[in-house]
Amino acid sequence: MAQDLSEKDLLKMEVEQLKKEVKNTRIPISKAGKEIKEYVEAQAGNDPFLKGIPEDKNPFKEKGPTFNALLLLLGRASWLEIAWSRTP
Amino acid sequence: MATEGLHENETLASLKSEAESLKGKLEEERAKLRDVELHQVAERVEALGQFVMKTRRTLKGHGNKVLCMDWCKDKRRIVSSSQDGKVIVWDSFTTNKEHAVTMPCTWVMACAYAPSGCAIACGGLDNKCSVYPLTFDKNENMAAKKKSVAMHTNYLSACSFTNSDMQILTASGDGTCALWDVESGQLLQSFHGHGADVLCLDLAPSETGNTFVSGGCDKKAMVWDMRSGQCVQAFETHESDINSVRYYPSGDAFASGSDDATCRLYDLRADREVAIYSKESIIFGASSVDFSLSGRLLFAGYNDYTINVWDVLKGSRVSILFGHENRVSTLRVSPDGTAFCSGSWDHTLRVWA
Repeated sequence: MAQDLSEKDLLKMEVEQLKKEVKNTRIPISKAGKEIKEYVEAQAGNDPFLKGIPEDKNPFKEKGPTFNALLLLLGRASWLEIAWSRTP
Repeated sequence: MATEGLHENETLASLKSEAESLKGKLEEERAKLRDVELHQVAERVEALGQFVMKTRRTLKGHGNKVLCMDWCKDKRRIVSSSQDGKVIVWDSFTTNKEHAVTMPCTWVMACAYAPSGCAIACGGLDNKCSVYPLTFDKNENMAAKKKSVAMHTNYLSACSFTNSDMQILTASGDGTCALWDVESGQLLQSFHGHGADVLCLDLAPSETGNTFVSGGCDKKAMVWDMRSGQCVQAFETHESDINSVRYYPSGDAFASGSDDATCRLYDLRADREVAIYSKESIIFGASSVDFSLSGRLLFAGYNDYTINVWDVLKGSRVSILFGHENRVSTLRVSPDGTAFCSGSWDHTLRVWA
């Protein structure tokens, strides 16, 4: 545990770790960044936050007056919240 | 002996200077690869449009600060834990509470849903991680079936099942992370390297292999090999505690949120920080981060009660969400990416879509 180790032990651990890390292989940001960008572009079509979901398909969007009435009855939503969620 | 003391000091000093020079070398190697910035690579990418994200459900029932939450793989159920010692399982569609258990300690800082959906894990000031099977039998007392799995020497800050219900990964205030067998409670592997409390962890997406990332009060984010227990890479660019780490969906990068009011993106193949998400107007710590499905958006909850939505590629803020009445302490995107849930010190959880 970090708290049980002496300063010297912690430093030794750190030095060993750093020696290993210096030897890691790395690629330039132009290449790594490009791969991140390409991943996003490939997946963007599947991302509900980017492409949006039709109201009737998203389980979290409005269910209609009956559901809202139920939520109100059970005290799980206030008039204000329901009114706010109706506005586009 | 005086000479021993002197020798001790020399060793300490020489170790320190060796560490410093190695850090310098590492910096140099990493700097060589900084040929462009991420937002430059993304210059031609279409800008994002306006987002309409609202609270669609509010989950009320906790008696005190919500500290942690996790989604079930069924994209509907949520487990949350609170300072009041309660752990609740909710149906987020209907907002019904399906299960509730009271822990023997307060400050349940970590909770997680098992991949099967049949159990949850949680822990906090009890220094343990316990697993509770979920049963729909009304006659069964959930607390009676509790199984203590992990034992640390300080508080449990984070926990996560691995790919199955059989193993749990934990992070603790004792400065270590550990991998446990759920059935036997046996310690399978421990991970030493953080110089202070470990506050968060995240497992790499299953396709990318057996690694996980952890963040701590030593301002370091460390990537670990689960089989060997070795740290593979470490990053120390944050200026304060790292409260949250989350892998990028492809597994090649991860984001972090910190008390220094910034979120950062680290690319594992470039072995360096590649983006900072910050604004001068944001001065409160980021407590929790998660990506949208494609990785284009980064949702971050802050101690100033807001949630900021960042364009990961361009580095700009896309949206700011208000609603919580106290710190946002935890945030996770649902498994299918249709919504995200935030938990707060205002005792509630909100589902946004």
